[in-house]
Amino acid sequence: MDATGLVVSSSPHQRTAVSTPVIMSDVILALMPASLAGVWFFGLRAFAMMLVCVVAAVATEAGLEKLFRKPITIGDYSAAVAGLLLALVLPPDLPLWIGAIGAVFSMAIAKFIFGGLGQNVFNPALIGRAVLLASWPVAMTRWRWPLFEAAWISDFDALSSATPLALLRLGGIKTPYVNLFLGNVAGSIGETSALAILIGAAYLIWRGHINWRIPASFIGTVAVLAALFGEDPLFHMLAGGLFLGAFFMATDYVTSPVTPKGQIAFGIGCGVLTVLIRLFGGYPEGVCYAILIMNSATALIDRVTVPRKFGEVKKGA
Amino acid sequence: MVAKTFRGGVHAHYHKEDTASKPIRRLGPPGRVVISLHQHTGAPCEPLVKVGDTVKTGQKIGDSPARLTAPVHASVSGKVVGVSPHPQSGGREVLSVIIESDGADTLDEHVEPRRDADELSADEIKTIIREAGIVGLGGAAFPTHFKLTPPPGKSFDTVIVNGAECEPYLSADHRLMVERAGDVVDGVKLLLKATSVKKAYVGIEENKPDAIEAISQAAKSDERISVVPLKVKYPQGAEKQLIWAILGREVPSGGLPVDVGVVVNNVGTAAAVKDAVCSGMPLVERVVTVAGSCIAEPQNVQVRIGTLLSDLIEACGGCSSPPAKIIIGGPMMGVAQFTTDIPVTKGTSGVLLLGKEEAAPAGPMPCVRCGKCVEACSMRLMPLWIASYAEAGRYGDAERVNALDCIECGCCSFVCPSRRRLVQAIRLAKSEIMARRRKAQAS
Repeated sequence: MDATGLVVSSSPHQRTAVSTPVIMSDVILALMPASLAGVWFFGLRAFAMMLVCVVAAVATEAGLEKLFRKPITIGDYSAAVAGLLLALVLPPDLPLWIGAIGAVFSMAIAKFIFGGLGQNVFNPALIGRAVLLASWPVAMTRWRWPLFEAAWISDFDALSSATPLALLRLGGIKTPYVNLFLGNVAGSIGETSALAILIGAAYLIWRGHINWRIPASFIGTVAVLAALFGEDPLFHMLAGGLFLGAFFMATDYVTSPVTPKGQIAFGIGCGVLTVLIRLFGGYPEGVCYAILIMNSATALIDRVTVPRKFGEVKKGA
Repeated sequence: MVAKTFRGGVHAHYHKEDTASKPIRRLGPPGRVVISLHQHTGAPCEPLVKVGDTVKTGQKIGDSPARLTAPVHASVSGKVVGVSPHPQSGGREVLSVIIESDGADTLDEHVEPRRDADELSADEIKTIIREAGIVGLGGAAFPTHFKLTPPPGKSFDTVIVNGAECEPYLSADHRLMVERAGDVVDGVKLLLKATSVKKAYVGIEENKPDAIEAISQAAKSDERISVVPLKVKYPQGAEKQLIWAILGREVPSGGLPVDVGVVVNNVGTAAAVKDAVCSGMPLVERVVTVAGSCIAEPQNVQVRIGTLLSDLIEACGGCSSPPAKIIIGGPMMGVAQFTTDIPVTKGTSGVLLLGKEEAAPAGPMPCVRCGKCVEACSMRLMPLWIASYAEAGRYGDAERVNALDCIECGCCSFVCPSRRRLVQAIRLAKSEIMARRRKAQAS
């Protein structure tokens, strides 16, 4: 047989079908329940914000890569994921152009100048949010009730523009669990519905893209610490961006540890910082900064949590 | 019983359905065989025949006085038409004896059934194994008699027989266990005797329930032999992982199974031992899985050592479509070939013909630090680190992060969503590190 033209490469000759673009598109799919919930609760405005952020993020990445004559990598969908995640952590009524600036900043400063996919130290979406919060603090903390939502607080006007965490902190008013779970409360576009986030998270776990370690240790730590400080653990689990942060931000491959033990340490660190910021910090919500701070410790955590290699035993022990 | 396993590993697409249920087909002697004089780990053999000699099936045609070696035998009767270098798996040219078959398949007079198998001593069994040219049939081809002899100061307490067959596509061991369970078990008994050990475990993956059943039945009357169902996971059949799964013992880094008192042999090896001891037949044929999307009739065939891949493919109906990649072994650790003018050797467990799509090399994308390689590593290493050091030429750093502990199972490359060539880079690091060590020793 004429056998010229045979591919000769080194083993393995078989590979998983799960590629980076597959994972990223699955993440987008997993974010759909939270995105749809955002549109349901906050209207088409929320959809416009998602569109603007995704387009700005993808265009920024493609534009910079073209400018610097690098391969265009928007086909891996990671820019789209970052843009969508950013939109989900912005207030629904934020001017769209501010959202766009956040997305440009996420891709250009938080991702591209570090070297692009896989090289960034901090979660791009969260950097985008942090920068916007520092630049437009008023617009970034202007909340509103979901559409069609009947006021269940008697002093509705005074507190109408506060998130559940702020309501508790400012007025001692505790939002009912059912509202927190379903998401008909004030908050960022994609963070209010625990249910929608959990559906997406379950999909990611089922597909094997994320594991339980970071979310469970993160959320668990928040619950335990809240209880220790005399707060309601369940409220702290459901309120704010904890679920979105724990399942979709803290689990970001690039900026979280790769070792199993490191992932647990990272989750615990995120949880501790979240509670400290929520209870003692200047903002009612601590998830964003907790994750960003822990991002900076990722390399160190990996280094000190290298697994004990197989066979590393004392002889005769 | 709960299936045993190890930490790490991957779930590959198994592709065993095409061959696992078909009986082994025994092929007659081909017109010509190319018998490599170096089919095993260790020293190559010197030819004992010259061009023009007539040889008989089972006749020894190559041997070496070296300690770590195994003789080779004629797998057909006929005439030696060449003693010359011939390409072997991987492209290496190896001195080989080329025999033109006379079609008669006349047995060598030394091959005769033995009636006193029960009265053989451990050393006699090992001598028979050596003279029969038996090497590990799982693929590594380490001379079996050598493996059965513990180094001074060490001893065995357990024999593990490897019927895991965790490589996708391959089902040669599976069929052997189903069809020749009695011979496998007899071989295990001989291995126990040869090593003076009182306990043997046969590890079989759970996706071969008929093999588990057959071996359990055959071993029922001998309480020294236990069948252990194993989880279906690659690399379940890797020596260190197998020992951990069955015994919970960890082979120390840089060590060998004997360091924890274990000797591991493949089920095919056990059957070959039984053949050699009872029928006197040296290792001149083996079961090979011929599979892949481009072979017309995927099946398990018992073929003569030295059969050329081209003849083997022909015997399996030829190619149904032009193959883009031909692999000897399994897809996880097998070696891609550039020609079919290559003989089956003792270590050939499978021949896979893959199509264009399966062979298409995917370009590497940036590492996204997903950690999947860390979770998949059956040695619990950090493949992403070792590979990136290796790619940067920082072999000292690669060594520091345990490159040499890599067993090259390929799980890291398999799971990598960015299609990075992790195990390939680690292999490079290992060979560089070893080369530097040799250089340092020499100077």
